[in-house]
Amino acid sequence: MNSTTPEIHRKRDFIILFATLFLFWLLLSNSLAVDVLIIGVVVSAFISLVFYQGLTFFTEFRLSPQAVVAGFKFYGHFFKELLRSNLSMAAIVLSPPLPISPAIVKVRTRLKSRMGRLMLANSITLTPGTMTVAMEGEWLYIHCVRLDDSDLEAATREIVSEFEPYLEVMYG
Amino acid sequence: MDIIGAILLLGGASFLFLGSLGLIRMPDVYNRIQAGTKATTLGTLLVLLGTALIQPQWSLKLLLIGVFLLFTNPLSSQVLANAAHRSKVRKSELTSIDDLEADREQQS
Repeated sequence: MNSTTPEIHRKRDFIILFATLFLFWLLLSNSLAVDVLIIGVVVSAFISLVFYQGLTFFTEFRLSPQAVVAGFKFYGHFFKELLRSNLSMAAIVLSPPLPISPAIVKVRTRLKSRMGRLMLANSITLTPGTMTVAMEGEWLYIHCVRLDDSDLEAATREIVSEFEPYLEVMYG
Repeated sequence: MDIIGAILLLGGASFLFLGSLGLIRMPDVYNRIQAGTKATTLGTLLVLLGTALIQPQWSLKLLLIGVFLLFTNPLSSQVLANAAHRSKVRKSELTSIDDLEADREQQS
C-alpha cells in the first residue's frame, strides 16, 4: 500500500491487526494473569506499528450482514472443495496409468481488493487439481494437473468462478 | 469420542500417506507440489481434529495450529512453485500450455 492511504484507514488497519494478534496471544498463552496480558499488549502493539500495512484476515472486510453470510458460505464451500480435491488427487495418485495432463494457464479475476485476491489464490491452491503459481495484477497464473483443453475458455473460467461470488461480497 | 477421534486420526494418516505417494509418482516439481499441498492440508487438519476429540482440553491450541496451517500451506507452495518456474525447473513433457512462460518471455 502507498503512503497516500487516508489516516482513518491506517488507524483502522492498526486496530484490526492489534486485535487479531492479541486474540492469538490470548489463545496461545491460555492465561489471564496481569503480567502475561501486559506482555501481550506491548508485543502486539509493537508488531502492529511495524506491520500495519500488511494484510490480516479482516483487512478490507466489509462489515455488512451480507458479507458475514457470504463468509460462512465461503468456508462451507471451501471445506467441501478441500475434501473433494483430496479424493480426486488420491484417485489420480492411485490409478496405475497416472492420468494427468498438466498446464499453466492464466485467468483474469474481477476482484479488486488485495485481501480478496489473496484469499482467491489460496483457495484455488487448495481445490481440485489447481495451484496458483504467480499473480500479476488482475491476472492469476494457475497450474492444473488435468486440463480439459477442448474448451480452454470455459475450463479456466470455472477455476475462479467457484469462489469469486463469495469473495466479491466479502472483500470486493 | 475416543473411537471417532481414532478414526479421524487414521483418515488423516491415510491422506498423508497418499500425499507422499503422490510425491513419488508425479512426474515434475509442479505436480509434486500439488499432490503434497492438498494431502498435507486435509491430512493434518484431520489429525488435529482427531486429537481434539481425544484430548478436548487441547482444542484451542489445535485450532490455532489449524488456522496457521490453512494460511501458510497454500502460500508456501505458491512461492515454491513460483521460484521453481523462475529458475526454469524442467516441466513434464505432458505439460500442454504455459501462459506464464510466454508472458515472462514477452516482458524481458
